[in-house]
Amino acid sequence: MDGDERSIDDRTPGVEERESGAGYLSYTAGLVLALLLTIASFVVSQTNLLWPPGIAVGLVVLAFAQIGVHLVFFLHMGSGPDNTNNILALAFGLFIVFLVITGSCWIIANLNANMMPSMPH
Amino acid sequence: MTTIVDEVSAEHVRGRGGGGPAPTRVVVAYGFWIFLLSDFVMFSGLFATYAVLSGQTAGGPTGHELFNLHSVFIETACLLFSSYTCGLGALSAERGQQGRFYLFSLFTFVLGAAFLFIEISEFVGMIDKGAGPSRSAFLSSFFTLVGMHGAHVTTGLLWLVYMVAQAAAKGLRPHVLRRLLCFSLFWHALDIIWVGVLTLVYLIGVE
Repeated sequence: MDGDERSIDDRTPGVEERESGAGYLSYTAGLVLALLLTIASFVVSQTNLLWPPGIAVGLVVLAFAQIGVHLVFFLHMGSGPDNTNNILALAFGLFIVFLVITGSCWIIANLNANMMPSMPH
Repeated sequence: MTTIVDEVSAEHVRGRGGGGPAPTRVVVAYGFWIFLLSDFVMFSGLFATYAVLSGQTAGGPTGHELFNLHSVFIETACLLFSSYTCGLGALSAERGQQGRFYLFSLFTFVLGAAFLFIEISEFVGMIDKGAGPSRSAFLSSFFTLVGMHGAHVTTGLLWLVYMVAQAAAKGLRPHVLRRLLCFSLFWHALDIIWVGVLTLVYLIGVE
């Protein structure tokens, strides 16, 4: 009976499937990947490993990769059908975040570019 | 035969409201996940403000002069490892291993407190140098964004103490486990926001 109930459960964010050992392994893999990405971010920002004008873009890419690692290994966001609701909510949240950040930067940069030169007093 | 049919129909209705209301645990975690996403949306406003104002130093100190990447790296490592121990603690609690849960919670608390200590000493050092939040628009937005994250970490530490007290007083009962699940989601979400702060404020700011 318990097995039947579980088979129709939705997955909750933050909960790994109940396989022995899988949970510890998932967190440890996430920690190692996140550490590597963090170290890569610091190295990229402090050296000329990347073409200097592209460093900011490289850092943003590394940050997205690390956020992905956190979501998959720590919050256990998967692509399975039992995770659909969580992923849809996340997608909507990210959409709003994207609109607010890029929209603000875009509008303010545009206003800045169209400012009248300040008059000498 | 019936079991196969049942399994097929269960598979068919999964995630579409079939099979009756979801268990409380799923509803609670989903609701808390929606709250966390709204928290991300609130932070996106602060990130946008910082991104717009980060160049407006009003002749005052820039991020390049103020930020010390060594302490930022230690902060990042503290928060990452505390997220790891928090996850292991939640896992131990799920499995009913109360002793391990206390141990991992202690690690989580110490690492989180270390993060907060480094952050506050950084703030105090900046204010001593005359680079407080009122110095320039850049510093106002810096203190708002990083301070808001720090306030979340402070809340998280208080919540962690409260959860350990609950586990000690009531044992690892289902409703305590549900609250613990919400706490670990909150703590992991703080680490996700810190990745954004680290990249936008510190690494891109110093570069």
